[in-house]
Amino acid sequence: MELRDLYQDVILDHSKHPRNFGTLGPPAFEARGNNPLCGDRVTVYLTLDGDRVADVRFEAKGCAISVASASMMTELIKGRPLEEVRALFSRFHAAVTAKNAPDAANLEALDGLAALIGVRDFPTRVKCATLAWHAMSSALDGSGTTVKTE
Amino acid sequence: MNALMAEHGAYDVARIRGDFPILGERVYGKPLTYLDNGASAQKPRAVIDAIRNAYETEYANVHRGVHYLSQRATDAMESARQKVRDFLNAREDHEIIFVRGATEGINLVAASWGRANLKPGDEILLTTMEHHSNIVPWQMIRDQTGAVIKVAPIDDDGALVMEELARLIGPRTRMVAVTHVSNALGTVVPIADIIRRAHAVGAKVLIDGCQAVPHIPVDVQALDCDFYVFSGHKLYGPSGIGVLYGKAALLEAMPPYQGGGEMIETVTFQKTTYAGLPFKFEAGTPHIVGAVGLGAAIEYLGSLGLPRIAAHEHELLAYATERLAALNAIRIVGRAPEKAAILSFTLDGVHPHDIGTILDREGIAVRTGHHCAQPVMDRFDLPATVRASFGLYNTREEVDRLVAGLARVQEIFRS
Ligand SMILES: Cc1ncc(COP(=O)(O)O)c(C=O)c1O
Repeated sequence: MELRDLYQDVILDHSKHPRNFGTLGPPAFEARGNNPLCGDRVTVYLTLDGDRVADVRFEAKGCAISVASASMMTELIKGRPLEEVRALFSRFHAAVTAKNAPDAANLEALDGLAALIGVRDFPTRVKCATLAWHAMSSALDGSGTTVKTE
Repeated sequence: MNALMAEHGAYDVARIRGDFPILGERVYGKPLTYLDNGASAQKPRAVIDAIRNAYETEYANVHRGVHYLSQRATDAMESARQKVRDFLNAREDHEIIFVRGATEGINLVAASWGRANLKPGDEILLTTMEHHSNIVPWQMIRDQTGAVIKVAPIDDDGALVMEELARLIGPRTRMVAVTHVSNALGTVVPIADIIRRAHAVGAKVLIDGCQAVPHIPVDVQALDCDFYVFSGHKLYGPSGIGVLYGKAALLEAMPPYQGGGEMIETVTFQKTTYAGLPFKFEAGTPHIVGAVGLGAAIEYLGSLGLPRIAAHEHELLAYATERLAALNAIRIVGRAPEKAAILSFTLDGVHPHDIGTILDREGIAVRTGHHCAQPVMDRFDLPATVRASFGLYNTREEVDRLVAGLARVQEIFRS
């Protein structure tokens, strides 16, 4: 596993030019994620339109992996039905934490997230890649509490 | 330096590295460049052998058996205590309390001394530079006693602002708890001056010596400090063993911290009388072999000579500071006039965590994060830094590898 597989161009691009960066005021749902190990912090803001994600923004102070993952997430979930969003999160989570590398079909199902799969070989970085997703998921659950990746 | 060399011969890093088996390891096919000594130092063969020897030839429980091995184990542990006493130049063996580490030492003082001595409105003075383990125990006792915590600030270089500290030491100050060397910045704190000022108002002083003892000879009597704590694992000894030094009169007046075996004189269900020092504070079976290992580490450091080690590390730190400062986009965090063996920095546009991962693949171990010193990070408005911390076996070539690794980081992130 080469560093370049982790720091792919698409990831570096998202980390340097994060999409949907910013905040949403009330009545948006909001949830924070914290990675105490490295000090990554991300806040995700969501509005719903029925059972779809109407809009999503995020703010983050963190490493390239956590910022890129958050940015890619916002692009992928905007306008999507909640059910699909949840399914995508669980596929992504399974893919980066599974023992075996995902096969071609799995990669396909990950939409644009395949570029993040490189973290599998950097175990200390998996939490960075999933941080924004955990926050998003807790925003959806309406709990709006700070999630920690531990 | 010349006098030192005449006494011990030249400081031969290559030979010294041979004393540390782990330094021969390769990571990801690259030679290990271990620059995380501030988190924990590697162990010389002398320590590893002492531990093995203790388990193989002189192990039993201490202070309770009449049998041969128990006596041998007790002697080994007590001889380690003497080595620690000499190392700190404490007056008495029984002023040396074996604890799990600095964290437990500070908790012991905060809980035992604090509960007996702190009243509502009494002040505990800390600094912005403290490790969380020299903050949280004081907050816990503050909440129990109604005492108040004051914090002495640091300047933009990471040096303590002594005028502010002097202003904060007042008639209500009961305890001044400060680090000797900052683990996040490398700042050497003028503790002798602080101790004098604290004593002038009748306050006690606890020094967190974790990051100091591997680099700076300490004389607790000359310093006249009341408490001094450190952890064995940062001093090339085992983890799970550490030291609390306290002045005998203070320790004697303090209530026990934990109750159990070893710390008692007599027990009935009506009343228990406590053992004398140091056992009053060593409830339960201690880390016997850990103490032996720590004693061996101290002996090993003595054989090299701490002043020579300090001179070597000082030279390395100066070299590393100069090389990093010459790189584009590097910001060194912590430029106090007096520093020890720690170089914290950030690199514009790249988060420390990413730097750590890339350096790791080059075989370079550094620490990234807030270093358990979040107030320091807040002071500099940083989420984290990269910290290279040097030990007695590090070399200029390893500094060069760090610099090359940082160039690799920039190359990856520039594209
Ligand atoms: C300055 C300082 N104080 C206290 C500690 C806590 O030491 P330990 O975890 O060994 O108890 C450390 C270790 O990181 C430290 O650097």
